[in-house]
Amino acid sequence: MTTTTTPVVRKPVAWGRIALHVGCLAALLVMLYPLAWLLATSLKPADEVIASLDLLPSRLEWSNYSTALDGVNDVSIWRLLSNSLLIAGGAVLGNVISCSLAAYAFARLRFRFRGPLFAFMIATIMLPHHAVLIPQYIIFNQLGLVNTYWPLILPKFLATEAFFVFLIVQFMRGLPRELEEAARIDGCGPFRSFFKVVLPLTRPALITTAIFTFIWTWNDFFTQLIYLFDPDKFTLTLALRSFVDASSTSAFGPMFALSVIALLPIVLFFLAFQRLLVEGMASSGLKG
Amino acid sequence: MTTTDIPAPATRKPGATTTPKRRPRRESQGPAWVFLSPWVLGAIVLTLLPMAVSLYLSFTDYDLFNPPRWVGLRNYVQMFTEDPRYWRSVVTTLTYVVIAVPLQLALALAVALALKSMKRGKGFYRSAFYAPSLLGASMSIALVWRAVFNDGGTVDNLLGTGGWVNKPGWALLAVALLTVWQFGAPMVIFLAGLQQIPAELYEAAAVDGAGKWRQFLSVTVPMLSPVLFFNLVLQTIQAFQVFTPAFAIGAGKGGPADSTLVYTLYLYDRGFVASHMGYASAMAWVLLIVIGVVTAVLFRTSRSWVFYASEGDR
Repeated sequence: MTTTTTPVVRKPVAWGRIALHVGCLAALLVMLYPLAWLLATSLKPADEVIASLDLLPSRLEWSNYSTALDGVNDVSIWRLLSNSLLIAGGAVLGNVISCSLAAYAFARLRFRFRGPLFAFMIATIMLPHHAVLIPQYIIFNQLGLVNTYWPLILPKFLATEAFFVFLIVQFMRGLPRELEEAARIDGCGPFRSFFKVVLPLTRPALITTAIFTFIWTWNDFFTQLIYLFDPDKFTLTLALRSFVDASSTSAFGPMFALSVIALLPIVLFFLAFQRLLVEGMASSGLKG
Repeated sequence: MTTTDIPAPATRKPGATTTPKRRPRRESQGPAWVFLSPWVLGAIVLTLLPMAVSLYLSFTDYDLFNPPRWVGLRNYVQMFTEDPRYWRSVVTTLTYVVIAVPLQLALALAVALALKSMKRGKGFYRSAFYAPSLLGASMSIALVWRAVFNDGGTVDNLLGTGGWVNKPGWALLAVALLTVWQFGAPMVIFLAGLQQIPAELYEAAAVDGAGKWRQFLSVTVPMLSPVLFFNLVLQTIQAFQVFTPAFAIGAGKGGPADSTLVYTLYLYDRGFVASHMGYASAMAWVLLIVIGVVTAVLFRTSRSWVFYASEGDR
């Protein structure tokens, strides 16, 4: 072990540090076990799912995936996938636009009741979603929009996820004011200075908003559960739901193959943007 | 915490109307409202109005098809005195919160402390431990949990306890462990907080003869207390609203024997399965008030244990 680190020749063996790494790696193995289990089970033949304790399947049962690709309840997986993408994409667009607009006003512009409104906005971050859920449902029901995607997408265009407004406000406050002042001297009004100066500089916060919105919407279950009835309109999450009541293990392979497919976009997003995601989360707790 | 910077603009407000020199041009308010308009519309139509409507509905009998019928306090009386399943859901939720949140935060803090002074591999571990926080809310992982904790699943095989999912006393623990598994988000926040503690403080403490443990108690804990408080409030509020894992592990019904019937699951059952929207509205308002009270209590007690090194540093 010690030979792998070069400067160890002069220093005493850092047992403490080695123990720390061993501990962290062991913790990591436990943490990642459910993911490994998921991947392994999605490739196991039906008779091995419960009978065999081995994590590794004796042979790779790719037919689980072809069964999963056939779809659920006569709805093709491409349909489910594009429904999920449509909702998540709409939510991303809505949040990025509406939250950045509101954030700019809170961060830079003067208006009456700015203090109380900002406090109210912060308070809505902590507001339990369920407090407004039923009347929202009734409103959308009256409008005939239940069993459409509007109740899932429209609220995002109205900056209802205050967490992201706050995130972008914090970011904008950190930007130097000189650039905007220079733009103002050059005759830019608030709109041009927002679109030409502030928005491009806010890109990291907007990307963080976009990725978190995508992942949270993709994972969302409760809202989709209450608003969508037609199997045609189902998302991957709702399709997986139909397995919840199933007690037999015969459908395990295809069910977990579908689970892997449903997780894939999040895993890819995580691998691509891990630094931004981790830092976005880190900064949410500090400052302010 | 988020609230520390609120007083700054708020204190400016009363003077705003009397001292015009701070805001020389009146017309400059217009653009602000244009930028704010989506948010204002959302706040009124999708937050304030629904809250008022659900308060009204909580005093009615409403099934979505017939007009609401005023029943006064009937829903609340029934909830508190005649509905054992309601109390079951309250006890289940509180048990879950009390188990899951402290365990999750303790693990998050322990890992953050372990990673803090690490020279190599810190970024890797941080990302790897964070990943479950993004994946854990999904239905996919909830289904994995259900299978791993089921009869013949990994936990049964390792511990020989039988599947937790089918045992009333144990199923909720499986739900709580799924929350603990997602300790990465608070851990990342702790780690960021730890890295902001100035090294001089530790050096000064060491000069004064403080050992590692003393340094932890006298430097780390007070300096980290705002972050700890933030995580505590956030995770507690989130824990009160747990739904997906309880839905999956309790097979959609909060089973076995209502042992995973958390509050939101029962609210869903009353409102959307049984179509008692009035009753569910009353439940939602009680949840809102309870979360409000818990948050207020946390804020009140925070004065005695949360230490802000630089009050109003911005």
